[in-house]
Amino acid sequence: MPKVNGASLLRGLIGTAGLLVVLEAAGRLGAWDTERLPLVSTVLLRAGELLTDPEFLVSARSSLTTWALALLVTIAIAVPAGLLLGMVKPAELAVRPLIEFLRPIPSVALIPLVILLYSETTHMRITVAVYAALWPVLINTIYGVRDVDPLAKETLRSFGFGPGSVAYRVVLPGAAPFIATGIRLAASVAIVLVVTSELIAGGIEGIGVYITIAASGNRLDLMIGATILVGLFGILVNAVLVAGENRLFRWHRARAGAAT
Amino acid sequence: MLELVDLSHTYGSYRAIDRVNLKVAQGEVVCIVGPSGCGKSTLLRSIAGLIKPTGGTVLLDGKPVDGSPENLAVVFQDYSRSLYPWMSAVANVGLPLRRRGLDKKRRDAAAMAALEQVGLAGAAAKFPWEMSGGMQQRVSIARALAYQPKLLLMDEPFGSVDAQTREELEDLTLRVCAHHGMTILLITHDVDESVYVGDRVVVLSKAPGTVVGDLPVQLPGPRDQIHTRELDAFVRLRAEVGRLVRGMTPHRNTHGFGVETR
Ligand SMILES: Nc1ncnc2c1ncn2[C@@H]1O[C@H](COP(=O)(O)OP(=O)(O)O)[C@@H](O)[C@H]1O
Ligand SMILES: [Mg+2]
Repeated sequence: MPKVNGASLLRGLIGTAGLLVVLEAAGRLGAWDTERLPLVSTVLLRAGELLTDPEFLVSARSSLTTWALALLVTIAIAVPAGLLLGMVKPAELAVRPLIEFLRPIPSVALIPLVILLYSETTHMRITVAVYAALWPVLINTIYGVRDVDPLAKETLRSFGFGPGSVAYRVVLPGAAPFIATGIRLAASVAIVLVVTSELIAGGIEGIGVYITIAASGNRLDLMIGATILVGLFGILVNAVLVAGENRLFRWHRARAGAAT
Repeated sequence: MLELVDLSHTYGSYRAIDRVNLKVAQGEVVCIVGPSGCGKSTLLRSIAGLIKPTGGTVLLDGKPVDGSPENLAVVFQDYSRSLYPWMSAVANVGLPLRRRGLDKKRRDAAAMAALEQVGLAGAAAKFPWEMSGGMQQRVSIARALAYQPKLLLMDEPFGSVDAQTREELEDLTLRVCAHHGMTILLITHDVDESVYVGDRVVVLSKAPGTVVGDLPVQLPGPRDQIHTRELDAFVRLRAEVGRLVRGMTPHRNTHGFGVETR
């Protein structure tokens, strides 16, 4: 699990602020036509204003809902499937070639097909996001299940617990740190694909749609402002999930630390 | 209570144990000693139902064992792998009690009582990775005790702790098991330990393991790490077991305790 400490965070903030100041200065000194490409300060101001702009908020809420649903569907499919494939070796061997074939297919390439299949845009977007987000969760879950110590399982079996109890009480908690990492990766991937599908396939609501409309009105300040907000949301989600992992899986870090 | 009849197991074409016959009476502490790799763990895993032996039968109270028997607990050598790192000591100890149909309150109470018996009442809320090796093995022992099995299997339980802790844990095991009237099958490769802990020492030959000696241990109780180990009877018995483990011919009955070879 990546660790964020105060010093590295501070250095990152200083670096970012420095870059922004340089860009702002360059813009003000006439490095580019600020009528076309707005100043850093203008973009940041717009981004702040967007947070209270009802039109933007409707789009943001739509994207957020799509993203959350996509993540839920991903977890509901990939975690049970990963547990099954991780525990039942023959099943994994049978499905492995299919996974290796499907996994490298870019989800974006499926958008035209998915558009034809779905009349409802939300379903279409969820499908596209789930297709991409599924893999990290699935692969991590399989890997996590493999990593569970056989002796930990045997101990419970020796007390007379059946395979279901062993799966629930040992395999699932033992694999949980890996599953959580998979979910964190999936959360980022899903953000990218929700916005991408909104940009490519259009629709009525969604941040991608908002950006497309801003572009057609030549409002680069709004486009970049909205994009920055998406990026910040990604950072926030990641930070929250990392913090959750560090809290919940202290035992995993302690053990990994002791082993190395 | 436990009877092994011609118990054999082969991994692929490798024969790990070969027709092991053994009878253990209720309340007995039997030590099984044998050289490394002679199939001791295989024997234990067959009894615990963790592997299906390729030949022979395991009878518990006269009934053949199929799968993991009720009323049996195992303490493994590898405490750090056998305890659940995501659970506190008290949760680890209480987990098997779910099989007993106890509610959380009673599970916790029983787990606390067992931790107290092994001297870990103060560490109940600690996680395994916050404990020393000796403490972790105490937790495993407490887990087995709380379950109150009729038969306790221990596979080199003190093989991974320092000498001092090892002696403490040997005495602890003797004490609490006598208190519970449990039947114990303790596996070890340490001749000294087998004589010190056992009411009976069963010697396995080199692979494929089979019973080559079955010696009653007649030492005055209660046993004591210093005095018991310096008794003539202890020293002679230890030598006898040592010879058997190394595959030498035993000195038949020359020292006044029964040496039975098969
Ligand atoms: N799962 C297994 N597959 C194949 N061989 C095994 C397996 N487990 C143990 N063995 C072999 O069987 C022999 C006896 O092993 P084991 O019962 O662990 O011995 P001990 O506990 O007396 O040291 C060893 O030679 C070991 O390599
Ligand atoms: Mg062994």
